Amino acid sequence: MAHSSQTCFGVLVINKAGGLIYHKNYAEGLAQLSSNDYLILASTFHSIHAIASRISPVPGSSGVEVIEAETFKMTCLQTPTGTKFVLLTTPSHPHPDQVLRKVYETYADHLKDPFYTAEMPIRSEAFDVKMATVVRGA
Amino acid sequence: MTNRDSLTPSVRDSISSTSRFSSLLSPTSTPSTTTTPRSSSSTFPIPQPSPSLPPLPPNLKRTSIIYDRPLPKARGTEVALGAWAFLFSEIIQYTQKRVSGIGEFEKRLNILGYRVGSRLLELLPLRDYLYPISSLRSPPPPTRTLRLLPILSYVHSTLYRYLFGRPADSLERSTDNEDEYMIGDDDMVVTRGVEVPKEMSELSCGALVAGIVEAVMDGAGFPARVTAHSVPSVPHPRRTVILIKLDPEVLAREAALGGK
Repeated sequence: MAHSSQTCFGVLVINKAGGLIYHKNYAEGLAQLSSNDYLILASTFHSIHAIASRISPVPGSSGVEVIEAETFKMTCLQTPTGTKFVLLTTPSHPHPDQVLRKVYETYADHLKDPFYTAEMPIRSEAFDVKMATVVRGA
Repeated sequence: MTNRDSLTPSVRDSISSTSRFSSLLSPTSTPSTTTTPRSSSSTFPIPQPSPSLPPLPPNLKRTSIIYDRPLPKARGTEVALGAWAFLFSEIIQYTQKRVSGIGEFEKRLNILGYRVGSRLLELLPLRDYLYPISSLRSPPPPTRTLRLLPILSYVHSTLYRYLFGRPADSLERSTDNEDEYMIGDDDMVVTRGVEVPKEMSELSCGALVAGIVEAVMDGAGFPARVTAHSVPSVPHPRRTVILIKLDPEVLAREAALGGK
């Protein structure tokens, strides 16, 4: 696994009910999860996020923002409506929040599609392409 | 024009309803032409012709009367694509709830575009004449286009540039049918936010633009059926072709005008 310091491993988009509406891997050589595992991962993270914002010693906490591990960093951006964008990167990634902002923008553009229902899983090739260019940092 | 199919009368009907705007233009004129309502004898009482706008309190100024705005617009005035995408998305969703098939869907979008196009046909030449780009130049008064090719290139370049900021990508004549012309658009701006699902793949939301073109062709005296079709290709996955099928009378007139 030869990753540069800026590699983004993957993106998850979680709706406000904790359902996974989009996920994609962008790096080679990752352990593969079944789609059911991804759903569990998303709803677990959603719960942890909710619990974290409750038990935080500081009042008005927004929840989990970053989880850092030895081999990866998990950055979360929560929108005012409760949609969460989760980005998995290398620990040394310099600006995951900027990538997430672009991801948010791409998602917001997709909401303007009249044939897409909000909060539902996104199955669109055009969205895949746009998302890949954003995450790979074109 | 009697041999037009059923689309045109309904379009015409919806257009003719705009004639009520004449009373807005001259609100002081006496309604001498309108028949006086006799609500006692009629089943559906005709309302009294009211003044176009209700009076305002004296300390308020009405700012949004469209007729009070200046006719010329600053060059380069544009609408944000995001704002348009939201509006068009709502138009599509509204239409989708009220139609039963793709043909009806496109027809409704076509009618919406027709209402835009019939206005543009009047407005654009007038605006160019009254407020030319260069103040030194005195342009000739707007003339009526008699021949087919000039009106097609007018749609392809001038109208398209006004609407979308650039001319269309191609203007072709069908090799199979000589009454068919095609305007190609490699990436139609109005449908950029729309991704048509696979089960509705025949639907082309460019029907709105087709309606605009149809109104311009009709209004200029070149009646035609105009439809939009998605023709995805590898370099241009979102390519749309606007197909103009001219009425036989137009071709007959072209032939009569001949090599003039």
